[in-house]
Amino acid sequence: MMKLKKIIIVLTLISIFVLSLGFGASAKPFRVAFIMPSSINDFAWSQSMYEALLTIQEEMGKENFEFVYSESMFIVADAAAAIRDYASEGYDLVIAHGSQYGASLTDIAPDFPDTSFAWGSTANVFTDLGITNIFAYEPLAEQGGYVNGVLAAKLSESNIYGVIGPIETGDAKRYTEGFKAGIKSIRPDAKINVTWIGSYSDVALASEAAQTHIDAGADVLTGTSQMTVGAIGVAKQRGALWFGYDVDQSALAPQNVVSCVDVVWAVALRPMIEMIQKGEKGGKIFTLNLANGGINIIVNDQALVGKTIEDIVNGNIQVKVE
Amino acid sequence: MEAIIIGIAKSAIRLATPYLYASIGETIGQLSGVLNLGVDGVMLMGAFSAFYTVLKTGNLWLGLLVAIVVGAIFGLLIAFINVTLKAEQGISGIGVYIFGLGLSSLLFSTMIGTVQPVNGFPPLFIPGLSNIPVIGEILFQQNILVYGAFALIPLAWYVLNKTPLGLSIRAVGQHPQAADSLGVNIVRIRYFTVILGGILSGIAGASLSIALLNVFQQNLTNGMGFIAVALVYFGAWRPKTVLIGALLFSTVNAIQIWVQVKGINIPSDFTLMMPYIVTIIVLAAMAKRRIHPPAALNKPFERGE
Repeated sequence: MMKLKKIIIVLTLISIFVLSLGFGASAKPFRVAFIMPSSINDFAWSQSMYEALLTIQEEMGKENFEFVYSESMFIVADAAAAIRDYASEGYDLVIAHGSQYGASLTDIAPDFPDTSFAWGSTANVFTDLGITNIFAYEPLAEQGGYVNGVLAAKLSESNIYGVIGPIETGDAKRYTEGFKAGIKSIRPDAKINVTWIGSYSDVALASEAAQTHIDAGADVLTGTSQMTVGAIGVAKQRGALWFGYDVDQSALAPQNVVSCVDVVWAVALRPMIEMIQKGEKGGKIFTLNLANGGINIIVNDQALVGKTIEDIVNGNIQVKVE
Repeated sequence: MEAIIIGIAKSAIRLATPYLYASIGETIGQLSGVLNLGVDGVMLMGAFSAFYTVLKTGNLWLGLLVAIVVGAIFGLLIAFINVTLKAEQGISGIGVYIFGLGLSSLLFSTMIGTVQPVNGFPPLFIPGLSNIPVIGEILFQQNILVYGAFALIPLAWYVLNKTPLGLSIRAVGQHPQAADSLGVNIVRIRYFTVILGGILSGIAGASLSIALLNVFQQNLTNGMGFIAVALVYFGAWRPKTVLIGALLFSTVNAIQIWVQVKGINIPSDFTLMMPYIVTIIVLAAMAKRRIHPPAALNKPFERGE
């Protein structure tokens, strides 16, 4: 009798222990809020971070990783309100995805010491201001730009290149410098024309800049930010080659988009989340580069050889053997 | 040099196209006494609905027609708010803008989801004229919606200045009481002009999404509708000067792109300001001409005041 009682007590204790473990694991998923200036389907800056969060969610499981987001937060004051709301709702990590949000974070972060904040592209985590809960992330866009430039120099016939940049700062500036250096390393006499649009979202002006570059002799175009979707359309229409940044843009013009610099933000997010789970709230800058896989080059073979294959299939090209 | 001039002129004509549709629509509305600041929102709805239709059916004319219908519905809504409900026009217009911006973004996210291209209106070479050196290349190798925008200017001028309808529209905007006593139906005229303005804003949006850019993205117009309203003031409520204003703004914009492409050593921050600076200078110079807006602009009509 005593023995049975003992067994029951032990079993009960074990089951309570197991149950509590199970509940402990499922009770508190890691929660992320993501604030972006454009939208999750912009084919550029915001979409790349959205895709990274989906990747992390897949890796950690939906029950362990939740995220919410606010789109079209281009106005910094709106974004600041959203950042503060999310922080007060107790999210583990609030990602303010834009270099324009830095000043707001220095105001908000000290009020929420239990929340981590992350922003970029930047190398500033504000530890000099005594703030300890801000992370930063920064892709070395120039490395990707360099690779694109080398390939562009090998493919261009006119040796004239057009760059359609948004605002001369951050990723866009780094990418453009890299692209120029890559071209010059192969063809030092190259003519590289650079236009800045003064906006991340002016699709019409970016498209007109693409027209102008082609009118000026360029047969290779590149550019960054969500406004470039119009320029890619012009490249397609007028038969120029396009080199992309942020995400794989080849779906927009499979015959023209040669290679894209894919920014893999997950490379920064994984160690960041690990640190937060260990209780470190900020203070670290995560750099993304070719070496750590944070920058990835996606080459679209269809733009490189698709036309030739098609011509052979159609019989437009007859390959003769003597 | 010739290539550059042709390039600038072609760019300017393309850039001016959406402004022309939207500004002429707004001009007619304002001449009848209704200020509509919601142009950009209606442009976005026109751009989205045309794009979506073309994406699903491949039929460009159907896309244009849907943009016209959506523009008309928005025009009707604006007319109802401003003419029937007599709302404060400046405020209600901002409301319509935000509604159009939000709704077009929402519909895009839920119905399409990602940026993708369509085949828009192709260039239409006008037989005989498109072969003329320089002029032909600049003017007669554009797409149909570009021709439409420029054809709209003489048409609007004719209707406003040479027809009884135009006289009624202007009378309603200048002296609604007098017009009313002469039997002009103020409410009907204002509904007509505002719905027409909605239609033209819808076409302005479609000219971007299915003729010039052939994509849709959230906030595709990027505030063009507000520039269009400014051009109405710039053009002093006359189609001809609205055209001059739109071409001036677009030409300076086209020039500033060429300045950058040619690597002329002026900071891009400055070249980007050029279209706005030139516009402000011209506006300031014209201020001496003392052109007054329609007397009843922004004033709801009350019979027997």
